[in-house]
Amino acid sequence: MSQSYNRGLIEDFSRWREFSAGMWAWIFHKFTGWVLVGYLFTHIAVLSTALSGAAAYTNTIQALESLLVVRILEVGLLAVAVFHILNGLRLLFVDLGVGLEAQDRSFYASLILTGVIVVASVPTFLSGVSI
Amino acid sequence: MAERYTSFEPGGRRWLWQRLTAAFLVVVLAFHFFLLHFLNHADEVTFALSQARMEQLTYFSLMILFLVTATFHGVNGVYNALVNQGLSGTRKTAVKAILGLASVLLIVQGVRTALAWAGGVPI
Repeated sequence: MSQSYNRGLIEDFSRWREFSAGMWAWIFHKFTGWVLVGYLFTHIAVLSTALSGAAAYTNTIQALESLLVVRILEVGLLAVAVFHILNGLRLLFVDLGVGLEAQDRSFYASLILTGVIVVASVPTFLSGVSI
Repeated sequence: MAERYTSFEPGGRRWLWQRLTAAFLVVVLAFHFFLLHFLNHADEVTFALSQARMEQLTYFSLMILFLVTATFHGVNGVYNALVNQGLSGTRKTAVKAILGLASVLLIVQGVRTALAWAGGVPI
């Protein structure tokens, strides 16, 4: 009977150089998931200014969108969302038994496609903001 | 025999719902980003534009469904991640209750906001 040891979270992550593609995909999916669920609560909180009236909502959104840091954070959000979507599709296919043998390549494809979509979206996300 | 490392519960349905909501969210989240950042630009958002969209029953109901599925998928994902890290016993029950309450509050607040835009259910 094999013995199992709990090495603890820190020691596990200290071996990050040995991680395989599938482990990185798991870590990135968890990380992007935490960011997205955190953003979901923040997003509803900001949109709730609509409950205080039309002017409060419009002024809040436009004030936030005039800030460069908010636009940069939105690009970050896009990156996180696109990766989570693409890697999520990869997981759905693997769950259905499709592409398991290519799961490392599909992870790299998710990363590259995320990068391409995010870079191509930067001009749109930064349009009309003053530095 | 080696210990089986999994938090998967045989016969559980949360796993299936996580996948079903994922399939829905892939499409709707992409649509949401595209509509509100590319077709319309974020810095042009006004209450009146949001109101015009929300007054359409199709858009209103899609956004309510989006809110409910995103909340379930996100909160269930957090719960699964914590269970996967070894959460158990009383703490597991407490976390489940807190996440459930947070979900209800989020959905209620989101629906109230949608109703404020639409001026009631747009039937």
